[in-house]
Amino acid sequence: MPATLDQTCNHGTLASEAIVASLQGVNKNYGNICALRDVDFRVRAGEVVALLGPNGAGKTTAVKLLLGLLQPTSGKARVFGGDPTNPENRMRTGAMLQVGRVPETLRVREHIDLFSSYYQSPMRAQDILATAGLENLGERKFGDLSGGQRQRVLFALAICGDPDLLFLDEPTAGLDVEARRMLWDQIRHIVSRGKTVLLTTHYLQEADALADRIAVINQGEIIAEGTPATIKAQTAGKRIRCITRLSLSTLRGIRGVIEAKEDREAMELHTGEAEPVLRELLARDATLSGLEISSAGLEEAFLALTQESSKSATHVTRSSFSEEMQ
Amino acid sequence: MSAATMTLTNVQIQRSPRHTATIYLKEAKYEFLKNLRLRMYTASVLSFPIMFYVLFGLVLNSKQAIGGTAVPTYLIATYGTFGVMGASLFGTAAGLASDRGLGWLQVKRASPMPPFAYFAAKVITSMTFSAVIVLALFALGITLGGVRMPAALFARLLGTLVAGSLPFSSMGLAVGYFAGPNSAPPTINLIYLPMSFCSGLWVPFMFLPKVVKQIALVLPPYHLSQLALGVVGAGTHESAATHWEVLIAFTMICLGIARIGFQRDQEKMYG
Repeated sequence: MPATLDQTCNHGTLASEAIVASLQGVNKNYGNICALRDVDFRVRAGEVVALLGPNGAGKTTAVKLLLGLLQPTSGKARVFGGDPTNPENRMRTGAMLQVGRVPETLRVREHIDLFSSYYQSPMRAQDILATAGLENLGERKFGDLSGGQRQRVLFALAICGDPDLLFLDEPTAGLDVEARRMLWDQIRHIVSRGKTVLLTTHYLQEADALADRIAVINQGEIIAEGTPATIKAQTAGKRIRCITRLSLSTLRGIRGVIEAKEDREAMELHTGEAEPVLRELLARDATLSGLEISSAGLEEAFLALTQESSKSATHVTRSSFSEEMQ
Repeated sequence: MSAATMTLTNVQIQRSPRHTATIYLKEAKYEFLKNLRLRMYTASVLSFPIMFYVLFGLVLNSKQAIGGTAVPTYLIATYGTFGVMGASLFGTAAGLASDRGLGWLQVKRASPMPPFAYFAAKVITSMTFSAVIVLALFALGITLGGVRMPAALFARLLGTLVAGSLPFSSMGLAVGYFAGPNSAPPTINLIYLPMSFCSGLWVPFMFLPKVVKQIALVLPPYHLSQLALGVVGAGTHESAATHWEVLIAFTMICLGIARIGFQRDQEKMYG
């Protein structure tokens, strides 16, 4: 984290100009609950950043701070270099939030017409409908739409002002695969027009599919940041799958095995390095069959990262304490 | 608190007056359409006062008089008040509580919408529905109840009742800020129905028990109905000025409470 700070200082104004949204040393508490802990996070112009984490990790809080819907307990939230509540900034941002109920008796076209009126130079209604994949649904009432269509309307409301910066808070939560892919296409389309996007998701696949950069957040802290490839490399693990007579406990005892589990008829091992484990496996079980080796997916990388961070939580406190002592 | 005030004062943006007017107009138009298409709203808010008027004012007692005023005329004032109160309370409180509690207001707040437009739309919509109810009562009274008054008096009665939407819209905003999305409608009913009865909107005031009459003196619908009755020459002892003062004071208190709710919301955690 200090490295990122130094970088910004060294690069001076040039780097800060390119940053369109940032959380700087942000803490956010709700009463006794700490939702965000010392978060430093930046979104640069033209970038698609995914904030990836499990439910309750603090993703939505981060978005709401950047939208000026919440105030940080300490630290600063900045959008276009200014206060997120600044109406000028709101003109340049669009937001898709998780909503429990949208007025259901209004038609899609009417919702869009109203939100478009808030902006100085909104997109044309026809273009908004097309971009959000709602061409034939303009006259439908919101209450008559399917889940995927509803999300696309919320997406349409987020983009109707033709914003430079777009916040998408769990845009595909609760959608089926097809509806999700459709919304991805719409997001990609808007990204191709040079928008900066911050999206939150707990779907790793989604972050991988859409983002240039991923920040993994867990329990209010950003625990890893980088391109999807970097995030994977950080845990550079391999997955070994095979049918074997060896028991689960034996497998777990093999040096280099991080985790082992039973998966239908086969065993699945998660290892740092595949080769030594393989040698051991083949030596111990001559009947071993159905061998498959693959790179650990983002899913495993993510699991490993979050588990590591909760395991090392006490560890970190202890070490920082000893640093202070010195 | 300081953050909330900052948001409040910060919220001006450079828009042409025409653009601002367009936003307010659209906000009000869609709020109106939204409620108009909400069967729950129109069924209860529009049809009840009209049905009661038809039943008690036209079918049952149309030839009788209350203290020298023909029943069909008298009941336009009281059911008019009843209708205005319902339209205004439900029009503001139910929508606000649900928008607030279920995240829709956040989407609006994250947009560059002028925050005042949202509230203005609710109040304008309530006033419009109030006018519709009163005009429907006029039409029924004139055609079926033989109600005859100079046009100027009709206009004054309409003006008084529609202006009377303001205290109840303010009350609705206050309720909407403190009730949950599901508890708002029952809360309103809990306020609306007893208040209507005690203020003499169902049973003419003079026939109410003495205790209830005492309570009525502090209830806003009593004062609005007395103003309306005053227009048709059936008012009781207090002066019109007193009634207006009570209604204005009540409006200010409700807006004060709503404002506290608004500020509290600025720093509240959602979902």
